[in-house]
Amino acid sequence: MAEVNTGGGGHGAKKGQPKKLNLRVDFTPMVDMNMLLLTFFMFCTSLSKPQIMDLVLPVKDDQIINEDEKNKVKDSKAITLLLGKDDKVYYYFGKVDNAMYKDYNSLKEADYSPSGLRAILLERNANAVRQMVELKRQKLRKEINEESFKEQSDKIKDDPDGQVVVIKPTDESTYRNLVDVLDEMQICSIGKYAIVEMSEGDNFLIQNYLTKGVYGSERELPQ
Amino acid sequence: MGKIKTKKRDTFIDMTAMSDVTVLLLTFFMLTANFIPLEPVQVITPASVMETKVPDYNVITVLIEPTGKIFLNFDRPNDKRAILEKMGARYSIAFSEQEINNFMEPTTFVGVSIAQMKEFLSLDMEDQKNYFRQSNGVPADSANNQLATWIQTAKSVNKDLAVSIKADQSTPYPLVRVVTSTLQDIKENRFSLITTLRNMPEGF
Repeated sequence: MAEVNTGGGGHGAKKGQPKKLNLRVDFTPMVDMNMLLLTFFMFCTSLSKPQIMDLVLPVKDDQIINEDEKNKVKDSKAITLLLGKDDKVYYYFGKVDNAMYKDYNSLKEADYSPSGLRAILLERNANAVRQMVELKRQKLRKEINEESFKEQSDKIKDDPDGQVVVIKPTDESTYRNLVDVLDEMQICSIGKYAIVEMSEGDNFLIQNYLTKGVYGSERELPQ
Repeated sequence: MGKIKTKKRDTFIDMTAMSDVTVLLLTFFMLTANFIPLEPVQVITPASVMETKVPDYNVITVLIEPTGKIFLNFDRPNDKRAILEKMGARYSIAFSEQEINNFMEPTTFVGVSIAQMKEFLSLDMEDQKNYFRQSNGVPADSANNQLATWIQTAKSVNKDLAVSIKADQSTPYPLVRVVTSTLQDIKENRFSLITTLRNMPEGF
């Protein structure tokens, strides 16, 4: 449809005068085609790349050393999270002892909502969270640069008095639960956490809690 | 009374400006495009607040679908060739040039046991998809852990490769543990989990 009209020609044009050329090109088909390509690209591309969450698990040979390290954790600073089924999480503070096995109420229940697990962790880790929020504010105001931000946030997370979270996913939990918990670690500025396999004692605790003590009264307490 | 003259109006709209805009947008999309990689299974990854992006290259993708099937892919075609040749030598399977070329396609995942690999690679793309539906993924049980062999072979070809796990959010944890404990066994205990972005909650 590119119109290269050689206008005039007929009447009015005086002899000898140069012919007026109308060089208007219709761009409509061009726009049509561009739009088509544009739609194609919009549908077939992923603009945002997915994110990654780095995870370091201990090498299996080191398990013995880790067992020792675990014992070093101050009992008052330890939080154990048991990821149960149906998006429930059970938790207890400190170390398990016989009194805990006997009393099924020693295990608490929470969910993955902000008012559940996050509220508990925030309360326990209030100090680090406050420092972290302050640090981020400084970074936002451009008072500190990226490097010193990283350095200082590592320092906060490495605080020897910080909380230590032990994550124990049960076989009924899903991958999403695990990522959610790891995410809470990030949100609540918890630097020290580990994914550990369930032990017999943890299973006992959950069973005992779910059956409101019936399970425990029928069996011997685990060591 | 004079005649009412209806003026002949030109309805020609100048599309040049419009064309300019679309071309500009098109260029933008073409330059920023990274195509959604075609995966043998659709996987919905869980969300996290992490902002680290997936590295651009040297990635081993381990796909875990909700029923526990494992798929594997490597991102560099040259690596893929070397890996397949090494795996072939290890299990004494000779792959033809055609099969290797098929494997080098970025969309070809490892999703069958090595014994079925030759048959799988001789199929065309549509049949490969159907083949995946019947297969059980890469075997990763303790008796025959081919997942470990694949990753070790890949590492021996290119030591910069990093493992990232892309699992569906509804995958039961024991099925994910199969992969993570395999990685621990071969001392690849540093890996990443692929997630989608979720905004940091207010006030943090």
